[in-house]
Amino acid sequence: MTINKTQFLSKTVTELKPSGIRRFFDLAANMEGVISLGVGEPDFVTSWAVREACILSLEQGHTSYTANAGLIELRSEIASYLNRSFSVKYSPTSEILVTVGASQALDLALRAIIDPGDEIIIVEPTFVSYAPIVSLAGGVPVPIHTEKEDEFKLRPDQIEKVITNRTKAILICSPNNPTGSVLSKEELVEISKIIKKHDLLVISDEIYAELVYDQTYTSFPSIEDMFDQTILISGFSKGFAMTGWRLGFVCAPEEILQAMLKIHQYTMMCAPTMAQHAAIEALKGGMHDVEEMRKSYRQRRNFFVNSLTEIGLTCYTPGGAFYAFPSIEKTGMTSEQFAENLLLEEKVAVVPGNVFGESGEGFVRCSYASSIEQLQEAVKRMGRFMKKF
Amino acid sequence: MTFNEIEIEILNIIEKDSRLSVDTIAKMVNKSTEEVSTIIKKLEDLNVIVEYNTMVNWRKVAGHEGVTAMIDVKVAPKRGVGFDAIAERIYRYPEVKSVYLMSGAYDLSVVIEGKSMSEVGNFVSDKLSTLDSVLSTTTHFVLKKYKHDGTIFDHGEEDKRIVVSP
Repeated sequence: MTINKTQFLSKTVTELKPSGIRRFFDLAANMEGVISLGVGEPDFVTSWAVREACILSLEQGHTSYTANAGLIELRSEIASYLNRSFSVKYSPTSEILVTVGASQALDLALRAIIDPGDEIIIVEPTFVSYAPIVSLAGGVPVPIHTEKEDEFKLRPDQIEKVITNRTKAILICSPNNPTGSVLSKEELVEISKIIKKHDLLVISDEIYAELVYDQTYTSFPSIEDMFDQTILISGFSKGFAMTGWRLGFVCAPEEILQAMLKIHQYTMMCAPTMAQHAAIEALKGGMHDVEEMRKSYRQRRNFFVNSLTEIGLTCYTPGGAFYAFPSIEKTGMTSEQFAENLLLEEKVAVVPGNVFGESGEGFVRCSYASSIEQLQEAVKRMGRFMKKF
Repeated sequence: MTFNEIEIEILNIIEKDSRLSVDTIAKMVNKSTEEVSTIIKKLEDLNVIVEYNTMVNWRKVAGHEGVTAMIDVKVAPKRGVGFDAIAERIYRYPEVKSVYLMSGAYDLSVVIEGKSMSEVGNFVSDKLSTLDSVLSTTTHFVLKKYKHDGTIFDHGEEDKRIVVSP
């Protein structure tokens, strides 16, 4: 008699839904000649100086553990980078922790603050991992649905409506994946008033902070009086084109950071040493490359959003990240049907909006982190597809 | 001459890829097609955009591989015209691709392209070396082009990303 292996699994894991992105990946991966607008990462290869720094680190035999919190040189570079770019001051010795990608930073932040049943507010459409990692930490994700009319920006009154006595924190991602929406300083100030009033914590995922196109970026802990109530999450994946390196960081007031460090040292020890050496170079000498990439994304965004509008896929202009989130309402299809038909008929891969939460239904996420040539071809195919509606 | 931000941006875009249509460039910089056409015309008229070139990897075209040589030339500058007059006499030859006045061990750097080594050799011995002001030449043949004018030949950096990712 065979034993039922699933009986060994935790209830939380069993109840987790598999990522909708995964399902779509399986569908697209087996097809030839697909133009992919489904990628959530830069098309640039990490700049050569950074790759070279990693090679040098290996040549010099840096193959052992680093301090749990990360190389002090790297933490110092992160501190000065955050200070000069976003005017936020963190102490490299006690308020910065280097992690295995921003994903681990998020996981640590949630695990450090959640007691079973605590509620974490999540802004939808949302990055696919947020709700599941809240659940895995024993918390309850509470969604706020943002609207196209608000350019998918969170309104302070929406927060008030969902706050209960179990609410612990709100997770904000600006610029947002999947909508590309960016909260302005004024909007963040308004949000901070609610946070203050209800003594909440903000987990601010600022992984796309370098990719903002039409305004100066405001980092949440730089808002007056918000430093003590903010956990800042970021990393090197998006702005520095280093997704595969798995290197992120988290900054927070000492008491909170040290709690995260405890979990980190028991579960991860430290982030990869050679990636940390590479990241030092990225911060020291890589800002010119970041600026070049940012300029290029801006041109692609303009081209892509203007082209989508031309073929009848209405789309507000996203202020950051590298995603456009057009409405597919006029086709009468669900986002799953749209993405699937577009893939099968025209071989263009986009991600259905519903995988980013209920409020993503009626939209699709298109990444414009591709060459203009690729985008031109994608728009041509999508235009042909849209002629039927 | 000073130019505004959009004009500089258009120059950068065209320098990277001169095949982009005016319509595409207009969308990239968020301007109308007419505005972009006018800017490009102005830049052409001012000779800021000098020419639209294509970089060909002739090594891949059988029978057309060609030979490139870089020649260090020492010259005696002439009173009143300095190096300019001799540089002009050299750059007028069609086989000469570029001429630079250099600091250091020699004066002019001349890039020659020819069909074969002997063709380049003949040019150097018959035409270049026999010019009045030319004191000496040192010819270096290019064995392989890895990167030229900022473009890497055969870099093989295809998109390695998976089709869909978070």
